[in-house]
Amino acid sequence: MKTGSIRKTILFAFFSVLCLLILVPFYAVTIASFKPGEDLIRYGLNLRFNLSAMSFDNFVFLFTGEHAYFTWFFNSLLLTVVQVVVTLLVSATVAYGFSAYEFRGKTLLFICVLLIMMVPFEILLLPLYTLTFNMGLMNSYSAIILPGVASAATIFFFRQYLRGIPKEMIAAGRVDGANEYAIYVRLILPVMKPSFAAMAILNGMNSWNNFLWPFMVLSDENKYTLPIGLKTLLTPYGNNYDLLIVGSFFSILPILALFLGFQKYFIDGMTAGAVKG
Amino acid sequence: MIKNFLYSQKVAPYVFVLPFVLVFIIFWVYPLLSSFGMSFQKVTLGQEAHFIGADNYTKLMGDTIFFKAVRNSAVYMLLTLVILIPFPMLFAVLINNKSMWAREFFKSAFFFPALTSVVVAGTIFRLMFGEMEGSLINSILGVFGVEPVKFLKGQTTGFIALVALATWRWMGVNMLYFLSGLKNIPDDYYEAASIDGASAFQRFTRITVPLLKPTTIYVLTISIYAGLAMFIESMMLWNGNNSPKNIGLTIVGYLYRQGIEKNNLGYAAAVGIVLLLITMVINLTQLAFSGMFKKEED
Repeated sequence: MKTGSIRKTILFAFFSVLCLLILVPFYAVTIASFKPGEDLIRYGLNLRFNLSAMSFDNFVFLFTGEHAYFTWFFNSLLLTVVQVVVTLLVSATVAYGFSAYEFRGKTLLFICVLLIMMVPFEILLLPLYTLTFNMGLMNSYSAIILPGVASAATIFFFRQYLRGIPKEMIAAGRVDGANEYAIYVRLILPVMKPSFAAMAILNGMNSWNNFLWPFMVLSDENKYTLPIGLKTLLTPYGNNYDLLIVGSFFSILPILALFLGFQKYFIDGMTAGAVKG
Repeated sequence: MIKNFLYSQKVAPYVFVLPFVLVFIIFWVYPLLSSFGMSFQKVTLGQEAHFIGADNYTKLMGDTIFFKAVRNSAVYMLLTLVILIPFPMLFAVLINNKSMWAREFFKSAFFFPALTSVVVAGTIFRLMFGEMEGSLINSILGVFGVEPVKFLKGQTTGFIALVALATWRWMGVNMLYFLSGLKNIPDDYYEAASIDGASAFQRFTRITVPLLKPTTIYVLTISIYAGLAMFIESMMLWNGNNSPKNIGLTIVGYLYRQGIEKNNLGYAAAVGIVLLLITMVINLTQLAFSGMFKKEED
Protein backbone atom coordinates (compact mmCIF):
# COMPACT_ATOMS: atom_id res chain seq x y z
CA MET A 1 0.00 0.00 0.00
CA LYS A 2 2.66 2.47 1.10
CA THR A 3 5.10 1.76 -1.75
CA GLY A 4 2.17 2.15 -4.13
CA SER A 5 1.50 5.69 -3.04
CA ILE A 6 5.18 6.62 -3.09
CA ARG A 7 5.39 5.34 -6.63
CA LYS A 8 2.25 7.30 -7.50
CA THR A 9 3.76 10.48 -6.10
CA ILE A 10 7.01 10.01 -8.01
CA LEU A 11 5.12 9.40 -11.25
CA PHE A 12 2.94 12.40 -10.65
CA ALA A 13 5.94 14.61 -9.96
CA PHE A 14 7.72 13.30 -13.05
CA PHE A 15 4.79 13.98 -15.36
CA SER A 16 4.19 17.38 -13.78
CA VAL A 17 7.74 18.43 -14.63
CA LEU A 18 7.36 17.10 -18.16
CA CYS A 19 4.05 18.90 -18.47
CA LEU A 20 5.59 22.19 -17.31
CA LEU A 21 8.34 21.85 -19.92
CA ILE A 22 5.75 21.29 -22.62
CA LEU A 23 3.64 24.23 -21.52
CA VAL A 24 6.54 26.70 -21.19
CA PRO A 25 6.38 27.87 -24.84
CA PHE A 26 2.65 28.52 -24.45
CA TYR A 27 3.29 30.52 -21.33
CA ALA A 28 6.07 32.48 -23.04
CA VAL A 29 3.92 33.33 -26.06
CA THR A 30 0.96 34.25 -23.87
CA ILE A 31 2.87 36.76 -21.77
CA ALA A 32 4.75 38.01 -24.84
CA SER A 33 1.48 39.00 -26.45
CA PHE A 34 1.08 41.52 -23.64
CA LYS A 35 4.58 42.95 -24.09
CA PRO A 36 5.64 45.62 -26.60
CA GLY A 37 7.14 44.30 -29.84
CA GLU A 38 10.52 45.91 -29.24
CA ASP A 39 10.84 43.85 -26.07
CA LEU A 40 10.61 40.77 -28.25
CA ILE A 41 13.25 42.07 -30.64
CA ARG A 42 15.60 42.92 -27.84
CA TYR A 43 15.14 39.90 -25.58
CA GLY A 44 13.42 37.20 -27.60
CA LEU A 45 10.79 35.04 -25.93
CA ASN A 46 11.35 34.59 -22.24
CA LEU A 47 9.60 33.94 -18.97
CA ARG A 48 9.97 37.42 -17.53
CA PHE A 49 6.70 38.58 -16.09
CA ASN A 50 6.76 42.30 -15.55
CA LEU A 51 3.26 43.58 -15.01
CA SER A 52 4.15 47.26 -15.27
CA ALA A 53 5.59 46.84 -18.79
CA MET A 54 2.61 44.83 -20.00
CA SER A 55 -0.52 46.14 -21.65
CA PHE A 56 -3.41 45.22 -23.91
CA ASP A 57 -1.93 47.38 -26.70
CA ASN A 58 -1.21 44.40 -28.97
CA PHE A 59 -4.74 43.11 -28.60
CA VAL A 60 -6.18 46.55 -29.27
CA PHE A 61 -4.02 46.76 -32.39
CA LEU A 62 -5.04 43.22 -33.44
CA PHE A 63 -8.73 44.12 -33.32
CA THR A 64 -8.66 47.74 -34.46
CA GLY A 65 -5.40 48.30 -36.34
CA GLU A 66 -4.96 48.49 -40.10
CA HIS A 67 -3.78 45.09 -41.20
CA ALA A 68 -5.16 42.06 -43.00
CA TYR A 69 -5.12 39.70 -40.02
CA PHE A 70 -8.87 39.08 -39.90
CA THR A 71 -9.08 38.75 -43.68
CA TRP A 72 -6.56 35.92 -43.36
CA PHE A 73 -8.44 34.55 -40.37
CA PHE A 74 -11.75 34.35 -42.23
CA ASN A 75 -10.05 32.99 -45.34
CA SER A 76 -8.66 30.18 -43.21
CA LEU A 77 -12.06 29.60 -41.69
CA LEU A 78 -13.80 29.47 -45.06
CA LEU A 79 -11.15 27.27 -46.63
CA THR A 80 -11.17 24.92 -43.65
CA VAL A 81 -14.96 24.50 -43.70
CA VAL A 82 -15.17 23.94 -47.46
CA GLN A 83 -12.18 21.63 -47.46
CA VAL A 84 -13.52 19.53 -44.60
CA VAL A 85 -17.01 19.16 -46.07
CA VAL A 86 -15.79 18.26 -49.55
CA THR A 87 -13.02 15.95 -48.36
CA LEU A 88 -15.24 14.06 -45.92
CA LEU A 89 -18.03 13.49 -48.42
CA VAL A 90 -15.72 12.35 -51.19
CA SER A 91 -13.56 10.19 -48.93
CA ALA A 92 -16.57 8.54 -47.26
CA THR A 93 -18.04 7.69 -50.66
CA VAL A 94 -14.79 6.12 -51.79
CA ALA A 95 -14.42 4.22 -48.52
CA TYR A 96 -17.95 2.86 -48.91
CA GLY A 97 -17.08 1.63 -52.39
CA PHE A 98 -14.08 -0.20 -50.94
CA SER A 99 -15.92 -1.78 -48.05
CA ALA A 100 -19.33 -2.71 -49.48
CA TYR A 101 -18.34 -4.34 -52.76
CA GLU A 102 -16.07 -6.92 -54.27
CA PHE A 103 -14.84 -5.77 -57.66
CA ARG A 104 -12.01 -6.30 -60.08
CA GLY A 105 -9.01 -4.14 -59.26
CA LYS A 106 -10.09 -3.49 -55.68
CA THR A 107 -6.90 -4.77 -54.04
CA LEU A 108 -4.69 -2.90 -56.46
CA LEU A 109 -6.61 0.32 -55.93
CA PHE A 110 -6.44 -0.08 -52.18
CA ILE A 111 -2.68 -0.56 -52.38
CA CYS A 112 -2.64 2.79 -54.19
CA VAL A 113 -4.41 4.33 -51.20
CA LEU A 114 -1.72 2.94 -48.89
CA LEU A 115 1.00 4.05 -51.31
CA ILE A 116 -0.16 7.66 -51.10
CA MET A 117 0.41 7.53 -47.38
CA MET A 118 4.03 6.47 -47.98
CA VAL A 119 5.12 8.79 -50.80
CA PRO A 120 6.21 12.18 -49.46
CA PHE A 121 3.80 14.74 -50.86
CA GLU A 122 6.71 17.18 -51.14
CA ILE A 123 8.10 15.27 -54.12
CA LEU A 124 5.02 16.25 -56.09
CA LEU A 125 5.32 19.96 -55.26
CA LEU A 126 6.95 21.01 -58.52
CA PRO A 127 4.86 19.02 -61.01
CA LEU A 128 1.73 19.99 -59.06
CA TYR A 129 2.90 23.58 -59.22
CA THR A 130 3.33 23.46 -63.00
CA LEU A 131 0.05 21.55 -63.36
CA THR A 132 -1.79 24.17 -61.33
CA PHE A 133 -0.13 26.86 -63.41
CA ASN A 134 -1.18 25.19 -66.68
CA MET A 135 -4.73 24.61 -65.46
CA GLY A 136 -4.99 28.31 -64.69
CA LEU A 137 -5.74 27.57 -61.04
CA MET A 138 -2.95 29.65 -59.54
CA ASN A 139 -4.05 31.83 -56.66
CA SER A 140 -7.33 29.90 -56.26
CA TYR A 141 -8.64 27.83 -53.37
CA SER A 142 -9.59 25.03 -55.77
CA ALA A 143 -5.90 24.37 -56.29
CA ILE A 144 -5.58 23.83 -52.54
CA ILE A 145 -8.71 21.73 -52.12
CA LEU A 146 -8.69 19.46 -55.18
CA PRO A 147 -5.48 17.43 -54.70
CA GLY A 148 -6.64 16.40 -51.24
CA VAL A 149 -10.32 15.59 -51.80
CA ALA A 150 -9.76 11.84 -51.76
CA SER A 151 -7.61 11.87 -48.63
CA ALA A 152 -5.89 8.53 -48.17
CA ALA A 153 -5.84 8.67 -44.37
CA THR A 154 -9.52 9.62 -44.26
CA ILE A 155 -10.52 6.87 -46.69
CA PHE A 156 -8.54 4.42 -44.59
CA PHE A 157 -10.28 5.49 -41.39
CA PHE A 158 -13.79 5.36 -42.88
CA ARG A 159 -13.12 1.94 -44.36
CA GLN A 160 -12.06 0.60 -40.96
CA TYR A 161 -15.22 2.07 -39.48
CA LEU A 162 -17.50 0.67 -42.18
CA ARG A 163 -16.21 -2.83 -41.51
CA GLY A 164 -18.22 -2.77 -38.33
CA ILE A 165 -21.49 -2.18 -40.18
CA PRO A 166 -23.38 -5.41 -40.96
CA LYS A 167 -23.67 -6.32 -44.63
CA GLU A 168 -27.28 -7.33 -43.92
CA MET A 169 -28.18 -3.66 -43.84
CA ILE A 170 -27.18 -3.29 -47.45
CA ALA A 171 -28.95 -6.53 -48.39
CA ALA A 172 -32.11 -5.38 -46.61
CA GLY A 173 -31.99 -2.12 -48.52
CA ARG A 174 -31.81 -4.02 -51.79
CA VAL A 175 -34.75 -6.21 -50.82
CA ASP A 176 -36.74 -3.06 -50.17
CA GLY A 177 -35.98 -2.00 -53.72
CA ALA A 178 -33.55 0.84 -53.00
CA ASN A 179 -30.83 1.35 -55.60
CA GLU A 180 -27.12 1.23 -54.74
CA TYR A 181 -26.80 4.98 -54.26
CA ALA A 182 -29.96 5.35 -52.23
CA ILE A 183 -28.67 2.64 -49.90
CA TYR A 184 -25.49 4.62 -49.36
CA VAL A 185 -27.18 7.97 -48.89
CA ARG A 186 -30.19 6.85 -46.82
CA LEU A 187 -28.88 3.89 -44.86
CA ILE A 188 -25.10 4.11 -44.55
CA LEU A 189 -24.31 7.83 -44.33
CA PRO A 190 -26.54 8.32 -41.24
CA VAL A 191 -24.81 5.41 -39.50
CA MET A 192 -21.40 6.94 -40.26
CA LYS A 193 -22.11 10.17 -38.38
CA PRO A 194 -19.92 9.45 -35.34
CA SER A 195 -16.92 8.70 -37.54
CA PHE A 196 -17.50 11.96 -39.40
CA ALA A 197 -16.90 13.88 -36.18
CA ALA A 198 -13.43 12.46 -35.68
CA MET A 199 -12.40 13.02 -39.28
CA ALA A 200 -13.94 16.51 -39.41
CA ILE A 201 -11.83 17.53 -36.44
CA LEU A 202 -8.63 15.98 -37.72
CA ASN A 203 -9.02 17.30 -41.26
CA GLY A 204 -10.09 20.67 -39.88
CA MET A 205 -6.97 20.90 -37.74
CA ASN A 206 -4.73 19.96 -40.66
CA SER A 207 -6.46 22.39 -42.97
CA TRP A 208 -6.34 25.25 -40.45
CA ASN A 209 -2.61 24.72 -39.99
CA ASN A 210 -1.72 23.78 -43.56
CA PHE A 211 1.11 25.84 -44.92
CA LEU A 212 3.44 24.70 -47.68
CA TRP A 213 1.09 24.02 -50.60
CA PRO A 214 -1.19 27.04 -50.00
CA PHE A 215 1.96 29.15 -49.61
CA MET A 216 3.09 28.11 -53.08
CA VAL A 217 -0.30 28.54 -54.73
CA LEU A 218 -1.55 31.79 -53.23
CA SER A 219 0.08 35.06 -54.23
CA ASP A 220 -2.67 37.59 -53.55
CA GLU A 221 -2.37 38.94 -50.03
CA ASN A 222 -6.16 39.16 -49.75
CA LYS A 223 -6.41 35.42 -50.33
CA TYR A 224 -3.72 34.41 -47.83
CA THR A 225 -4.64 32.00 -45.08
CA LEU A 226 -3.62 32.65 -41.50
CA PRO A 227 -0.33 30.69 -41.44
CA ILE A 228 0.81 32.35 -44.66
CA GLY A 229 -0.15 35.78 -43.38
CA LEU A 230 1.73 35.19 -40.15
CA LYS A 231 4.75 33.96 -42.06
CA THR A 232 4.83 37.15 -44.14
CA LEU A 233 4.84 39.23 -40.95
CA LEU A 234 8.17 37.66 -40.11
CA THR A 235 10.46 39.67 -42.34
CA PRO A 236 14.04 40.63 -41.61
CA TYR A 237 13.16 44.31 -42.17
CA GLY A 238 9.69 45.04 -40.90
CA ASN A 239 8.95 45.61 -37.28
CA ASN A 240 5.82 43.49 -37.04
CA TYR A 241 6.66 41.57 -33.92
CA ASP A 242 3.77 42.93 -31.86
CA LEU A 243 1.22 41.82 -34.43
CA LEU A 244 3.08 38.58 -35.12
CA ILE A 245 3.12 37.45 -31.52
CA VAL A 246 -0.42 38.44 -30.61
CA GLY A 247 -1.59 37.07 -33.97
CA SER A 248 0.16 33.77 -33.31
CA PHE A 249 -1.35 33.59 -29.85
CA PHE A 250 -4.81 34.35 -31.20
CA SER A 251 -4.49 31.79 -34.02
CA ILE A 252 -4.06 28.98 -31.50
CA LEU A 253 -7.16 29.91 -29.51
CA PRO A 254 -9.91 28.61 -31.85
CA ILE A 255 -8.28 25.24 -32.30
CA LEU A 256 -7.51 25.02 -28.59
CA ALA A 257 -11.15 25.75 -27.74
CA LEU A 258 -12.23 23.12 -30.22
CA PHE A 259 -9.81 20.65 -28.70
CA LEU A 260 -11.03 21.23 -25.16
CA GLY A 261 -14.60 20.65 -26.35
CA PHE A 262 -13.98 17.62 -28.56
CA GLN A 263 -10.89 15.91 -27.17
CA LYS A 264 -12.20 12.45 -27.83
CA TYR A 265 -12.62 13.11 -31.54
CA PHE A 266 -9.17 14.63 -31.92
CA ILE A 267 -7.64 11.59 -30.35
CA ASP A 268 -9.82 9.10 -32.26
CA GLY A 269 -8.92 10.76 -35.53
CA MET A 270 -5.26 11.08 -34.70
CA THR A 271 -4.75 7.49 -33.60
CA ALA A 272 -7.00 5.90 -36.22
CA GLY A 273 -4.26 4.23 -38.23
CA ALA A 274 -1.92 3.41 -35.42
CA VAL A 275 -3.27 0.09 -34.22
CA LYS A 276 -3.92 -1.71 -37.46
CA GLY A 277 -2.53 -5.18 -36.90
CA MET B 1 -30.42 2.46 -70.51
CA ILE B 2 -27.57 4.55 -69.09
CA LYS B 3 -29.42 4.73 -65.83
CA ASN B 4 -29.76 0.96 -65.64
CA PHE B 5 -26.09 0.58 -66.42
CA LEU B 6 -24.98 3.01 -63.71
CA TYR B 7 -27.35 1.51 -61.19
CA SER B 8 -26.21 -2.08 -61.62
CA GLN B 9 -24.34 -3.71 -58.78
CA LYS B 10 -21.39 -4.34 -61.08
CA VAL B 11 -20.88 -0.71 -62.00
CA ALA B 12 -21.83 1.00 -58.73
CA PRO B 13 -18.56 0.23 -56.91
CA TYR B 14 -16.59 1.91 -59.67
CA VAL B 15 -18.80 4.98 -59.41
CA PHE B 16 -18.09 5.08 -55.68
CA VAL B 17 -14.33 4.83 -56.02
CA LEU B 18 -14.17 7.02 -59.14
CA PRO B 19 -13.22 10.21 -57.24
CA PHE B 20 -10.21 8.43 -55.79
CA VAL B 21 -9.18 7.09 -59.18
CA LEU B 22 -9.41 10.57 -60.71
CA VAL B 23 -7.50 12.27 -57.90
CA PHE B 24 -4.92 9.50 -57.92
CA ILE B 25 -4.32 9.81 -61.65
CA ILE B 26 -4.45 13.60 -61.94
CA PHE B 27 -2.70 14.59 -58.73
CA TRP B 28 -0.40 11.63 -58.05
CA VAL B 29 0.39 9.43 -61.03
CA TYR B 30 0.63 12.23 -63.55
CA PRO B 31 2.78 14.53 -61.36
CA LEU B 32 4.98 11.60 -60.36
CA LEU B 33 5.52 10.58 -63.98
CA SER B 34 6.04 14.15 -65.09
CA SER B 35 8.48 14.63 -62.22
CA PHE B 36 10.36 11.58 -63.46
CA GLY B 37 10.30 12.96 -67.01
CA MET B 38 11.33 16.43 -65.85
CA SER B 39 14.33 15.01 -64.06
CA PHE B 40 15.81 14.13 -67.47
CA GLN B 41 15.17 17.58 -68.91
CA LYS B 42 16.26 21.13 -68.53
CA VAL B 43 13.03 22.85 -67.49
CA THR B 44 12.43 26.53 -66.82
CA LEU B 45 8.92 27.80 -66.27
CA GLY B 46 7.65 29.60 -69.38
CA GLN B 47 10.35 28.16 -71.67
CA GLU B 48 10.62 25.10 -73.89
CA ALA B 49 11.97 22.10 -72.01
CA HIS B 50 14.60 19.92 -73.63
CA PHE B 51 15.93 16.46 -72.98
CA ILE B 52 19.39 16.26 -71.45
CA GLY B 53 19.59 12.59 -70.45
CA ALA B 54 20.98 11.82 -67.02
CA ASP B 55 22.83 15.14 -66.74
CA ASN B 56 20.77 16.29 -63.75
CA TYR B 57 21.62 13.12 -61.87
CA THR B 58 25.30 13.27 -62.76
CA LYS B 59 25.43 16.85 -61.60
CA LEU B 60 23.56 15.92 -58.43
CA MET B 61 26.13 13.28 -57.55
CA GLY B 62 28.83 15.93 -57.50
CA ASP B 63 26.76 18.55 -55.71
CA THR B 64 28.18 19.02 -52.22
CA ILE B 65 25.26 21.22 -51.12
CA PHE B 66 22.85 18.44 -52.05
CA PHE B 67 24.81 15.97 -49.94
CA LYS B 68 24.80 18.44 -47.11
CA ALA B 69 20.99 18.55 -47.41
CA VAL B 70 20.76 14.74 -47.50
CA ARG B 71 22.98 14.49 -44.44
CA ASN B 72 20.93 17.06 -42.56
CA SER B 73 17.67 15.28 -43.38
CA ALA B 74 19.11 11.90 -42.44
CA VAL B 75 20.54 13.15 -39.15
CA TYR B 76 17.27 14.89 -38.31
CA MET B 77 15.29 11.75 -39.09
CA LEU B 78 17.57 9.53 -36.99
CA LEU B 79 17.49 11.93 -34.04
CA THR B 80 13.70 12.12 -34.14
CA LEU B 81 13.49 8.31 -34.29
CA VAL B 82 15.84 7.88 -31.36
CA ILE B 83 13.94 10.40 -29.24
CA LEU B 84 10.37 10.18 -30.46
CA ILE B 85 9.84 6.41 -30.29
CA PRO B 86 11.35 4.99 -27.07
CA PHE B 87 10.46 7.94 -24.83
CA PRO B 88 6.81 8.27 -25.84
CA MET B 89 6.48 4.49 -25.50
CA LEU B 90 7.89 4.53 -22.01
CA PHE B 91 5.81 7.56 -20.99
CA ALA B 92 2.67 5.92 -22.39
CA VAL B 93 3.28 2.82 -20.30
CA LEU B 94 3.87 4.90 -17.17
CA ILE B 95 0.83 7.11 -17.67
CA ASN B 96 -1.37 4.12 -18.54
CA ASN B 97 -1.43 3.19 -14.86
CA LYS B 98 -5.13 3.54 -13.99
CA SER B 99 -4.47 4.79 -10.47
CA MET B 100 -2.24 7.61 -11.73
CA TRP B 101 -3.41 11.08 -10.72
CA ALA B 102 -4.62 13.54 -13.36
CA ARG B 103 -3.74 11.25 -16.26
CA GLU B 104 -6.45 12.69 -18.52
CA PHE B 105 -5.10 16.16 -17.86
CA PHE B 106 -1.55 15.12 -18.70
CA LYS B 107 -2.63 13.40 -21.89
CA SER B 108 -4.38 16.56 -23.08
CA ALA B 109 -1.56 18.86 -22.05
CA PHE B 110 0.99 16.76 -23.93
CA PHE B 111 -1.21 16.95 -27.01
CA PHE B 112 -1.47 20.77 -27.00
CA PRO B 113 1.70 21.45 -29.04
CA ALA B 114 0.31 19.40 -31.96
CA LEU B 115 -2.50 21.93 -32.27
CA THR B 116 -0.14 24.72 -33.27
CA SER B 117 0.71 25.30 -36.90
CA VAL B 118 4.32 24.80 -37.82
CA VAL B 119 4.49 28.51 -38.61
CA VAL B 120 3.47 29.49 -35.10
CA ALA B 121 5.52 26.75 -33.43
CA GLY B 122 8.55 27.65 -35.54
CA THR B 123 8.22 31.32 -34.67
CA ILE B 124 7.98 30.52 -30.97
CA PHE B 125 11.08 28.33 -31.05
CA ARG B 126 13.02 30.79 -33.17
CA LEU B 127 12.41 33.45 -30.52
CA MET B 128 13.07 31.10 -27.59
CA PHE B 129 16.37 30.03 -29.10
CA GLY B 130 17.30 33.61 -29.97
CA GLU B 131 20.94 34.58 -29.58
CA MET B 132 20.26 37.42 -27.15
CA GLU B 133 21.13 37.11 -23.53
CA GLY B 134 17.50 37.56 -22.53
CA SER B 135 15.90 34.91 -24.74
CA LEU B 136 14.46 31.95 -22.90
CA ILE B 137 17.11 29.28 -23.43
CA ASN B 138 20.03 31.65 -23.02
CA SER B 139 18.59 33.17 -19.89
CA ILE B 140 18.30 29.67 -18.41
CA LEU B 141 21.87 28.88 -19.45
CA GLY B 142 22.88 32.21 -17.94
CA VAL B 143 21.72 30.99 -14.53
CA PHE B 144 24.42 28.33 -14.79
CA GLY B 145 26.99 30.90 -15.86
CA VAL B 146 27.01 29.91 -19.53
CA GLU B 147 27.67 32.69 -22.04
CA PRO B 148 24.80 33.38 -24.49
CA VAL B 149 24.84 30.83 -27.33
CA LYS B 150 24.13 31.78 -30.94
CA PHE B 151 21.97 28.73 -31.43
CA LEU B 152 20.93 29.24 -35.00
CA LYS B 153 24.42 30.02 -36.26
CA GLY B 154 26.04 26.69 -35.43
CA GLN B 155 25.46 23.22 -36.84
CA THR B 156 25.05 21.33 -33.57
CA THR B 157 23.22 24.06 -31.69
CA GLY B 158 20.95 24.69 -34.68
CA PHE B 159 20.02 21.05 -34.71
CA ILE B 160 19.34 21.14 -30.99
CA ALA B 161 16.72 23.82 -31.66
CA LEU B 162 15.30 21.86 -34.59
CA VAL B 163 15.03 18.60 -32.67
CA ALA B 164 13.65 20.39 -29.62
CA LEU B 165 10.89 21.76 -31.82
CA ALA B 166 10.08 18.30 -33.22
CA THR B 167 10.14 16.74 -29.76
CA TRP B 168 7.86 19.42 -28.37
CA ARG B 169 5.31 19.03 -31.14
CA TRP B 170 5.20 15.25 -31.50
CA MET B 171 5.97 13.74 -28.10
CA GLY B 172 2.34 13.85 -27.01
CA VAL B 173 0.97 12.58 -30.31
CA ASN B 174 3.30 9.59 -30.33
CA MET B 175 2.36 8.93 -26.71
CA LEU B 176 -1.28 8.79 -27.76
CA TYR B 177 -0.44 6.32 -30.51
CA PHE B 178 1.21 4.05 -27.97
CA LEU B 179 -1.62 4.54 -25.48
CA SER B 180 -4.17 3.41 -28.03
CA GLY B 181 -1.92 0.44 -28.82
CA LEU B 182 -1.76 -0.42 -25.11
CA LYS B 183 -5.56 -0.54 -24.96
CA ASN B 184 -5.44 -3.60 -27.20
CA ILE B 185 -3.28 -5.60 -24.82
CA PRO B 186 -5.50 -7.66 -22.50
CA ASP B 187 -4.89 -7.16 -18.76
CA ASP B 188 -4.89 -10.96 -18.28
CA TYR B 189 -1.45 -11.17 -19.87
CA TYR B 190 0.03 -8.94 -17.19
CA GLU B 191 -1.83 -10.73 -14.40
CA ALA B 192 -0.62 -14.11 -15.62
CA ALA B 193 2.94 -12.79 -15.89
CA SER B 194 2.78 -11.33 -12.38
CA ILE B 195 1.59 -14.65 -11.00
CA ASP B 196 4.52 -16.33 -12.72
CA GLY B 197 6.78 -13.87 -10.91
CA ALA B 198 7.78 -11.60 -13.81
CA SER B 199 9.21 -8.25 -12.76
CA ALA B 200 7.87 -4.96 -14.10
CA PHE B 201 10.87 -4.72 -16.40
CA GLN B 202 10.29 -8.25 -17.71
CA ARG B 203 6.60 -7.53 -18.27
CA PHE B 204 7.59 -4.44 -20.25
CA THR B 205 10.16 -6.17 -22.46
CA ARG B 206 8.33 -9.51 -22.86
CA ILE B 207 4.71 -8.39 -23.17
CA THR B 208 4.39 -4.67 -23.82
CA VAL B 209 7.12 -4.13 -26.40
CA PRO B 210 6.30 -7.17 -28.58
CA LEU B 211 2.55 -6.55 -28.48
CA LEU B 212 2.99 -2.89 -29.32
CA LYS B 213 4.77 -3.87 -32.51
CA PRO B 214 2.01 -2.83 -34.95
CA THR B 215 1.87 0.61 -33.33
CA THR B 216 5.65 0.89 -33.31
CA ILE B 217 5.80 0.03 -37.01
CA TYR B 218 3.18 2.66 -37.75
CA VAL B 219 4.98 5.35 -35.73
CA LEU B 220 8.29 4.34 -37.29
CA THR B 221 6.87 4.55 -40.82
CA ILE B 222 5.33 7.98 -40.40
CA SER B 223 8.42 9.25 -38.54
CA ILE B 224 10.74 8.17 -41.34
CA TYR B 225 8.47 9.90 -43.82
CA ALA B 226 8.16 13.06 -41.76
CA GLY B 227 11.86 13.15 -40.89
CA LEU B 228 13.04 12.88 -44.48
CA ALA B 229 10.40 15.30 -45.79
CA MET B 230 11.00 17.99 -43.14
CA PHE B 231 11.29 21.51 -44.53
CA ILE B 232 8.99 24.12 -42.99
CA GLU B 233 10.40 23.64 -39.48
CA SER B 234 13.80 24.63 -40.79
CA MET B 235 12.34 27.42 -42.92
CA MET B 236 10.63 28.91 -39.86
CA LEU B 237 13.60 28.58 -37.52
CA TRP B 238 15.98 30.27 -39.95
CA ASN B 239 13.34 32.67 -41.25
CA GLY B 240 13.71 31.50 -44.83
CA ASN B 241 15.31 28.78 -46.85
CA ASN B 242 18.83 30.08 -46.25
CA SER B 243 20.79 29.25 -43.15
CA PRO B 244 24.44 30.07 -42.50
CA LYS B 245 26.56 27.47 -44.34
CA ASN B 246 23.29 25.63 -45.06
CA ILE B 247 23.25 24.15 -41.56
CA GLY B 248 19.47 23.83 -41.68
CA LEU B 249 19.06 22.91 -45.35
CA THR B 250 17.01 19.74 -45.95
CA ILE B 251 16.31 17.69 -49.08
CA VAL B 252 12.91 19.31 -49.61
CA GLY B 253 14.47 22.69 -48.85
CA TYR B 254 16.97 22.09 -51.64
CA LEU B 255 14.20 20.92 -53.95
CA TYR B 256 12.32 24.12 -53.18
CA ARG B 257 15.41 26.26 -53.64
CA GLN B 258 16.28 24.78 -57.03
CA GLY B 259 12.71 24.48 -58.30
CA ILE B 260 10.91 27.54 -57.02
CA GLU B 261 13.63 29.99 -56.04
CA LYS B 262 16.03 29.31 -58.93
CA ASN B 263 13.44 28.12 -61.48
CA ASN B 264 15.60 25.10 -62.21
CA LEU B 265 12.73 22.60 -62.28
CA GLY B 266 14.44 19.69 -63.99
CA TYR B 267 17.26 19.61 -61.46
CA ALA B 268 14.79 19.97 -58.60
CA ALA B 269 12.75 17.08 -60.01
CA ALA B 270 15.88 14.92 -59.87
CA VAL B 271 16.24 15.88 -56.20
CA GLY B 272 12.62 14.78 -55.67
CA ILE B 273 13.17 11.44 -57.38
CA VAL B 274 16.22 10.76 -55.21
CA LEU B 275 14.17 11.63 -52.11
CA LEU B 276 11.43 9.26 -53.28
CA LEU B 277 13.96 6.47 -53.74
CA ILE B 278 15.54 7.05 -50.33
CA THR B 279 12.12 7.07 -48.61
CA MET B 280 10.86 3.99 -50.41
CA VAL B 281 14.05 1.98 -49.83
CA ILE B 282 14.16 2.81 -46.11
CA ASN B 283 10.46 2.25 -45.54
CA LEU B 284 10.21 -0.96 -47.56
CA THR B 285 13.29 -2.37 -45.84
CA GLN B 286 11.86 -1.45 -42.50
CA LEU B 287 8.48 -3.00 -43.32
CA ALA B 288 10.07 -6.15 -44.73
CA PHE B 289 12.18 -6.57 -41.59
CA SER B 290 9.15 -6.19 -39.36
CA GLY B 291 7.18 -8.74 -41.39
CA MET B 292 4.43 -6.33 -42.41
CA PHE B 293 3.99 -7.65 -45.93
CA LYS B 294 2.46 -10.90 -44.76
CA LYS B 295 -0.56 -8.86 -43.76
CA GLU B 296 -0.80 -6.66 -46.83
CA GLU B 297 -4.10 -8.18 -47.94
CA ASP B 298 -5.88 -7.29 -44.73
